[in-house]
Amino acid sequence: MSVQTWTFVIVGITFLLYIGVAIWAKAGTTKEFYVAGSGVSPLVNGMATAADWMSAASYLSMAGLISFMGYGGSQYLMGWTGGYVLLALLLAPYLRKFGKFTVPDFIGERYYSNQARLVALICAIFVSFTYVVGQMKGVGVAFARFLEIPFSYGILIGIGIVFFYAVLGGMKGITYTQVAQYCVLIFAFTVPAVFISLQMVGNPIPQIGMGSTVSDGTYLLDKLNLLSTDLGFAEYTNAGIDDRVNVFFITAALMLGTAGLPHVIVRFFTVPKVRDARKSAGYALLFIALLYTTAPAIAVFARTNLIETVSDQPYSEMPEWFTKWEESSLITFDDKNADGKIQYVADAKINELTIDRDIMVLANPEIAQLPKWVIALVIAGGLAAALSTAAGLLLVIASSISHDLLKNYLKPSISEKGELIAARVAIAVAVVAAGLAGLNPPGFVAQVVALAFGLAASSFFPAIILGIFDKRMNKEGAISGMLLGIIFTSIYIWYFKPQLGGPGLAEDYWFGIKPEGIGTLGMFINLIVALVVSRLTPAPPQSVQELVENIRVPRGSTAAINH
Amino acid sequence: MQNNQLYWRKNIQYLAILIAIWFFVSFGCGILFVEQLNQFKLGGFPLGFWFAQQGSIYTFVILIFIYVFLMNRLDKAFDLDEKQ
Repeated sequence: MSVQTWTFVIVGITFLLYIGVAIWAKAGTTKEFYVAGSGVSPLVNGMATAADWMSAASYLSMAGLISFMGYGGSQYLMGWTGGYVLLALLLAPYLRKFGKFTVPDFIGERYYSNQARLVALICAIFVSFTYVVGQMKGVGVAFARFLEIPFSYGILIGIGIVFFYAVLGGMKGITYTQVAQYCVLIFAFTVPAVFISLQMVGNPIPQIGMGSTVSDGTYLLDKLNLLSTDLGFAEYTNAGIDDRVNVFFITAALMLGTAGLPHVIVRFFTVPKVRDARKSAGYALLFIALLYTTAPAIAVFARTNLIETVSDQPYSEMPEWFTKWEESSLITFDDKNADGKIQYVADAKINELTIDRDIMVLANPEIAQLPKWVIALVIAGGLAAALSTAAGLLLVIASSISHDLLKNYLKPSISEKGELIAARVAIAVAVVAAGLAGLNPPGFVAQVVALAFGLAASSFFPAIILGIFDKRMNKEGAISGMLLGIIFTSIYIWYFKPQLGGPGLAEDYWFGIKPEGIGTLGMFINLIVALVVSRLTPAPPQSVQELVENIRVPRGSTAAINH
Repeated sequence: MQNNQLYWRKNIQYLAILIAIWFFVSFGCGILFVEQLNQFKLGGFPLGFWFAQQGSIYTFVILIFIYVFLMNRLDKAFDLDEKQ
């Protein structure tokens, strides 16, 4: 069977599975729709959180990025996992005790203010929507490339599938579908890594394999360092080490952003108890860590394999995958010195080969000559990653509109049935809007996703933390902090991102901080402004101070209440 | 009330220690001191590089489970745990 037939079969089976699960777990009430009836076990919730969290970017792009960045890629590994420690220790248990449906719910009640709720609501929708557009684009690309259909059809298929199970199932359906998707994606990610690890170093555990010896007795990493320096690249394990200011700030921004992303936070409302919220964050990170510790191993294997396959080899003898990716212009070869061989070196004047970093995970099994079904499996895993994240994000958008905006702001008299219909309509509109936006991508989708992290870090994170740990924090402080943090961060990102039309130049960066890392500074601005303003304005009312006392202890937690 | 405040103070102590470890393995070993640590080897890994790409992540997972254990014990000790 060809790779394409295998893809049809495996993607088809996994999709039947997701749809079957969605029908089985159909949501009947608003509570089931928003928080799955608060009856999800910590293990299941942890797995669903992991699938929710790991997007097309984690699955398809990250290992590729690391393989080209070496040590510098660590910022993604630590940044996208370390945030869970903050979530588990500083947010999840308290928000679960608080026991409402959404992040704007918390901000609105803790800061006894509808303006605060509205600010939070707009941030939540903006962050989630920019993020989901990127996912829809990922779905479109994956379908298009492997079913060999045009990109626009790929996105349309994606809209159809997400539409079906997100609208029908709500949080309950999505949670159980995400469990299935996690299993598919982690299996698909680790199988090729295990095969390649066995091939290269004879050790089935990739995490250990990347630090083992190859057949001639040298350590794989030493060999890769040598291969890299021979071609003029930096040593793999030291690449980017001289720009540690940015590794530091970007890692922090990603961690703080993770802990502030509404679609991740809301997952901790779905478990029955405070205790479960803590444990669930641990399981989530454990499941995420399986992929995040495998990714750097894949990066090392892929980088070594790539250099050995192409460097100084005759162009005419390149394997099939090389020409296949050349057709989609993701690999380009320009024989500058006309010797018929590929010179792949750091010096741009002599270098003849450019490789799109995003193809590494998909191309890796082909480069390592693994069986065709493994290649198809990797594609099914990529689709699972993109779809599960898209569904989680869409649910946040829907609940923001139907619950926070409609029920709590515009029309409090709405019936439960009416709210449920509104939520489904909101999801339907959001899926189609996101699909269309992804269809017609403003060239900067990836940039906007980076923006989403910076914005979440500089707006939600301090507002929630202070709401729990600082009883004296009042609405004046929280609102001014959120606004200043988010405005500062978005202006800096816009100003220094030429892709967004900003005029700034890299040499003018404040303290040399790249736009991707500025959310960290925005977070501190938010924190300081909120603390100063709150001390100069009246203390929050007694009832709010009691609310804070109450969420600090687990005793007396109830299932999420409608109100 | 007294009980709740003691509980909260103990909770903050745990958090301070766990967050300090979190900061130390990731920002400390993985970023700030990576060059010094790279002079040591762990199998085929330069030690700083290992912390940045593997060790910090393992530590994160362990930290959360330690927190779960400590807090469950604390909840019970202060009689603030949730009833079944």
